[in-house]
Amino acid sequence: MDRPFGLLAELTYACPLHCPYCSNPLNLADYGEELTTAEWLRVLAEAKELGVLQVHLSGGEPLQRRDLVEIVRGAGELGLYTNLITSAIGFSPRRAEQLRAAGLDHVQISVQAAESALSDRIAGLPSFERKVAAARLTKKLGWPLTLNVVLHRGNIDGIARILDLAEELAADRIELANTQYYGWALRNRGALLPSRAQLERAETAVRTARERLKERMEIIYVIPDYYSRYPKPCMDGWGRRQLTVVPNGDVLPCPTAHTLPLPRAGVREHSLAWIWERSPLFRRFRGTDWMPDPCRGCDRRELDFGGCRCQAFQLTGDAGRTDPVCHLSPDHGVVIEAVRAANGTSSAGRPEAVFVPRPHPRRSAG
Amino acid sequence: MPAPTAGTVDDVDRPRLAPYVRLTFDPARDGYVLLAPESVSVLNGTGATILELCDGRRTVAEIVAELCARYDGVDGAEVRRFLTRLVAQRTVVVDPGVAGGAGHG
Repeated sequence: MDRPFGLLAELTYACPLHCPYCSNPLNLADYGEELTTAEWLRVLAEAKELGVLQVHLSGGEPLQRRDLVEIVRGAGELGLYTNLITSAIGFSPRRAEQLRAAGLDHVQISVQAAESALSDRIAGLPSFERKVAAARLTKKLGWPLTLNVVLHRGNIDGIARILDLAEELAADRIELANTQYYGWALRNRGALLPSRAQLERAETAVRTARERLKERMEIIYVIPDYYSRYPKPCMDGWGRRQLTVVPNGDVLPCPTAHTLPLPRAGVREHSLAWIWERSPLFRRFRGTDWMPDPCRGCDRRELDFGGCRCQAFQLTGDAGRTDPVCHLSPDHGVVIEAVRAANGTSSAGRPEAVFVPRPHPRRSAG
Repeated sequence: MPAPTAGTVDDVDRPRLAPYVRLTFDPARDGYVLLAPESVSVLNGTGATILELCDGRRTVAEIVAELCARYDGVDGAEVRRFLTRLVAQRTVVVDPGVAGGAGHG
């Protein structure tokens, strides 16, 4: 059986930002019973045993956990490579120095746009200046810096300025990923999905910047899969390379799999190894035996693994169908319809920039 | 010190791991791996040996000579291709060879 390389540790769903494309669950209140420090340290030790080499500390906002430094130190002592994925809110000089001393390997900061007014409007909080300060602090303390920007209709036209900002901040990497339509983002899809013309302009800007910055910055650009002919190889296969542990200890093959009607499996009841190897949740879509037509006989079945189970479920009501993004899917019409709406000449049928902001959840432990 | 450059490696270049990259043994897979921001590469035994020699002091030519002294049938061109690939991925950086040495370390 494959061993996992990466663990996404969603430490808390508390977050001071309100981004309308947040991939966290809609029912945030269900995740208030957070794992304790000792439980996280046990999960990390079990993960290492299972083969995990990298831990992505995320959320919500991981800096909302008072024990983040302890968790980082524990991961470092196990020899795990630690990535902090943060909004930068709470990344004070003091906290940053503690994280540095605890052995944190890499800092990834989200930015919503290259201008403070737009960035703050999307985030729902005055935060841009703090993000820029945190990015400078990251470099000053000697960390590699990744900026990540979720792209959508409202900020994608500023992509060249975002790349200039990344250059000015001396980022080592930038992840420019178009929104994926789950959770809050699916609810806000009409206001978020860019037009084809916007995507073409963005690709030109990315090509130009790659040429100019090729020796200094790694530029990762991900198009919205709604515009692809084939689906994305979601998680590089179900239960194959990655696993996610969410704030209450549930373990998932991908961070959005909580949306699927499958039995849950949590670290409070089971070992991580049992969940990875034997739980019905992880076995459900592992490999290719579960596949329906047209995936079953497709040459690409081991390249894209039938696409995304969560997307299939959200768009068709059945997680076992071919991802409707695939042009060979019998359900592809629902994607064509969404793309047509995003490229309409009028805004009729498209709720213009009416975002449902992600709320701030209540929580108990932590 | 001149800035590290990316591109094809030359015999006089002195390769070293990029600052944020860690070469480490993974007991679960019984082999060496390279860890970098958001990426993992599993190495075969030869790859791990080459990278252990990339200390920023040895030149590529010296690394190939060292490998030839240790093992039979080392293909210098293959070693250079391997390093060039890692330089393109920014996993390895080279301090360009200059007359009199790069004075590193």
